[in-house]
Amino acid sequence: MVGGTDVREPCVRPRARERWGRTSRRWDRERDMRLGSRVLVAPIVLALLVLSVAPALAQDADDGEALQGRIADPEREPIAGVEVLVVDEDGVEVGLGVTDDEGEWFVPLPGPGTYTATLLEESLPPDVGLRDPERASLEVDIRTDQQRSVGFALGEERGPGATALSRLPQSLLNGVKFGLLIAMTAIGLSLIFGTTGLINFAHGELVTLGAIVAYFLNAVGPQLPIIAALAIATAFGGLVGAGLERGLWRPLRERRTGLIQMLVISIGLTLVLRHVMLIVFGGASRTYSGYAVQAPIEALGVRVTPRDLTVMVFSVLVLLGVAFLLQRTRLGKAMRAVADNRDLAESSGIDVKHIILVVWVLGGALAALGGVLLGIVENVNYMMGFRLLLLMFAGVILGGLGTAFGAAVGSLVVGIVTEVSTIWLTSELKDVWALLVLILVLLLRPQGILGIKERIG
Amino acid sequence: MDPAAIIANALRAALGPSAAAYALLAIGLNFHFGYTGLLNFGQVGFMLLGAYGVAITVTVFGGSLWLGFAVSLLLAVGLALLLGAPTLRLRADYLAITTIAAAEILRFSFRASPSRDLTGGVFGLSGFAEEFNALNPFTSGIQFGFLAYNQRQLWVLTVGWSLVALAVLLTYLLSRSPWGRALKAIREDEDAARSLGKNVFGYKMQSLVLGGVIGALGGVVFALNLQSVHPDTFLPLLTFYFYTILILGGAATVLGPVVGSVLFWFLMAGMDATLRQAGAAGYMPDWFGADALGAVRFLVVGIGLMLLMIYRPQGIFGDRRELALNVR
Amino acid sequence: MSAEPSAVARSLADVAAEPGVSKPDPILVAADVRKTFGGLRAVDVEALEVQRGAITGLIGPNGAGKTTFFNVLTGFDRPDSGRWTFDGKPMSGMAAHKVARAGMVRTFQLTKALGRMSVLDNMKLAAVDQRGERFLASLVPPLWRPQEQEIEARAEGLLEYFNMIHMRDEFAATLSGGQRKLLEMARALMVEPTMVMLDEPMAGVNPALTQSLLGHVTGLRDEGMTVLFVEHDMDVVMGISDWVVCMAQGQIIAEGTPDAIAQNPEVIDAYLGRRRHHEEERS
Repeated sequence: MVGGTDVREPCVRPRARERWGRTSRRWDRERDMRLGSRVLVAPIVLALLVLSVAPALAQDADDGEALQGRIADPEREPIAGVEVLVVDEDGVEVGLGVTDDEGEWFVPLPGPGTYTATLLEESLPPDVGLRDPERASLEVDIRTDQQRSVGFALGEERGPGATALSRLPQSLLNGVKFGLLIAMTAIGLSLIFGTTGLINFAHGELVTLGAIVAYFLNAVGPQLPIIAALAIATAFGGLVGAGLERGLWRPLRERRTGLIQMLVISIGLTLVLRHVMLIVFGGASRTYSGYAVQAPIEALGVRVTPRDLTVMVFSVLVLLGVAFLLQRTRLGKAMRAVADNRDLAESSGIDVKHIILVVWVLGGALAALGGVLLGIVENVNYMMGFRLLLLMFAGVILGGLGTAFGAAVGSLVVGIVTEVSTIWLTSELKDVWALLVLILVLLLRPQGILGIKERIG
Repeated sequence: MDPAAIIANALRAALGPSAAAYALLAIGLNFHFGYTGLLNFGQVGFMLLGAYGVAITVTVFGGSLWLGFAVSLLLAVGLALLLGAPTLRLRADYLAITTIAAAEILRFSFRASPSRDLTGGVFGLSGFAEEFNALNPFTSGIQFGFLAYNQRQLWVLTVGWSLVALAVLLTYLLSRSPWGRALKAIREDEDAARSLGKNVFGYKMQSLVLGGVIGALGGVVFALNLQSVHPDTFLPLLTFYFYTILILGGAATVLGPVVGSVLFWFLMAGMDATLRQAGAAGYMPDWFGADALGAVRFLVVGIGLMLLMIYRPQGIFGDRRELALNVR
Repeated sequence: MSAEPSAVARSLADVAAEPGVSKPDPILVAADVRKTFGGLRAVDVEALEVQRGAITGLIGPNGAGKTTFFNVLTGFDRPDSGRWTFDGKPMSGMAAHKVARAGMVRTFQLTKALGRMSVLDNMKLAAVDQRGERFLASLVPPLWRPQEQEIEARAEGLLEYFNMIHMRDEFAATLSGGQRKLLEMARALMVEPTMVMLDEPMAGVNPALTQSLLGHVTGLRDEGMTVLFVEHDMDVVMGISDWVVCMAQGQIIAEGTPDAIAQNPEVIDAYLGRRRHHEEERS
């Protein structure tokens, strides 16, 4: 989802409240302020909402919590008789709002909590539909006595054919943008796998960690500019990578812990890291400060904000830098040698321990950097890394051979597949296609993937 | 603080229907991971199919509970075959990635709006447990000291624990048979098993199907207990609960998953109750809200999983001799 | 170490000492077996016949492709091309477990003892056609108990023969390297093979145990089995083999009786030469 800076992103955000908990109170005020400014200004969201902005009506209803909204067609004419279903966090129906002649609907709520409002598309007139089908269901946190507006942006029903073709350049661009970030994080995953044999399930959490560290530096604590926050978060990611290698993985290897055992340990580590971050950061999605207002540039049939363009160019430069490191420097050659054949590398005088440490530093730093960039173009939340992890796996396996290069190419393909699929298919399922590609590749071309088949005996 | 209430809470959870459901899921995983060495990271996918198999059959197609049961198990068999075919010939970690991906594919697909007619989308399904409730032979709840279950819970947990008992019996018979011996051999070294004429792929597939079906049964019990299903219940994290349970009780032991599940729920519910009471009594810092309470649970599971895997991979009741073997 | 020339050895005495030569009674016949790893030709065997009932030693310097050739023949690796028959049956492309069931059973260079299973279970596992290995039948013990008892008796007999009966209930992981080699050989016999393929059976075994292992290898032949084994130690090979095949760079460069091979200049060049060179370096 392009510039999806909305806290109500329904696809990523889990609903099981008792497990995920509510946003801690500390954040509420601050977040709501930002939410307000973001909905108004986040450029792409604006582009989507421009035809039907939900009026922030302070309806004079009784005290108590409520959800409300106004539904209008692309010409801003109100539509009557449209139904909005509101359910609570357990999926229990709370009420059904029906728009009146003013296009307004209102559903009183039993109390504060998290609710999901769903526009029942079958109640719409045949010629209009949701601009973004992903946003048929929106999740809203309601505090005591709060009455909030929920906006559903309507537009012309998208048809395939010419429209789809015209959307292709934009989707491709979005896909490349996303793919570059997957690639940046997946290279570390691939290098760690290549040199140590470990599939680091905690790699996604390193991504989240980078984004969250940068968030605290940028939006909360010292209020650093995002560039500075990015640099510090990247360095921190490298440090955490080193710490994990020295403090956990190296001792485990020295104890001759099996790989399968280490895989399960990395799962445990994932749980620990993710939930420490949940406690510290809370369950909501947030954005960095200073990047909210930007008008997109339009060229060659695509729109891109200067922010996203900068991120893309920067990502390409980083990837080229990593490629140079791996291909042209002694250090990079040593890394590839260790990945290729550890014993041979060791016997030819390479300090394998040191190289693995460097790989962890590089992997941690790239993951953190990718996390910050992803936080800039989308938003920061504690689950962002996990979503990316599965896409990284898809990229690494698709690229094959466990090489950094393969991982990068595979990741780009994965990014493009997820975004381009949204032209024809609901964006709720965009990750599914990437994961299906992963399974298909395993089915058709297993031997070249993740590693070279070992000799038996 | 009221220790008696905490223990009552913990015990209720340890013997409750959820513990039975989780025990079934861990028993299934025991066949995969414990006996065969298959890294199934998507056990929650089998659970989802089990739960939705019954829910969809009953609510959407108006079928009977028994038909729903059968559909659940068939779906689990289908998923196992589909997952196993491409990955069981490959290295163990491919299966891990594929299974976790498949479980997420299922969750995403079930919650997507195009599937709403079938799965209820994000709202899930409910109202499929009536036939099950009507079969309830208990006329009242039960009270043992401070351990109390109502009439319905009693029925669910009776069915749940009966299924667990059956699954344990199955594990007992299989693990002591030449079939079980072949599985263990594959876990230890699949090339060795192959060199001795064992059809490794065939055994792995049988193990994957069997464990998946038992896991789906766990999903059925889970759904009947809650009387509703929601796609976002079935997060990948649940699979790692089952791993923790399995390793806690002892992988590749007959009773390990059951002991693990009871212990796990006892500890989790006990911890939850303690934290909640501490919060209510004002012992906890301000920032420690509902968010943190939920997160602490996972945090503890994560730490527990790491420590167990590092220091006692054979489980807390595991064979002392195995500890010395530097098990892989 | 000079053994009495066996009957097979006498039958092989007249066979010409040249690569790919036909044998009077071959059990394994391979042709054009090729396997490359990333451009490197690991195996390139034009023709090889293995005489039934003989001990054939397969020698060659490190990286000559011996183990890969083993892997290909036993179905553990897929060749790029090649055909081979065992006992007249075509075996090319057959899955490893079917190869084993057909009577061609191998061991591994790095032993594959099943660590967390008892020595006796390691043995019992290897018996073929067990009724209790089928899923449904395994649930009904009376169906497989009698057979299980026969298998156990046979396993104990073999363990006794290999002087390992006192370890029957130990976890295999607790065995020493040499004991694992013994276990692996004994386990292979539980399959009741017609041909045993041993990948470096003496590697890492102490000298005392080597003698006992050698005795067992000749014992296998005397029981009518065919033995093909990979070995580094020339003395061992020359001492017990009826026939020796030498590989280098994936190809068979020479074969013949132990005496003929010992004097073959190509073998000396490819294998002994390098070894001598190696030893000089060491001293």
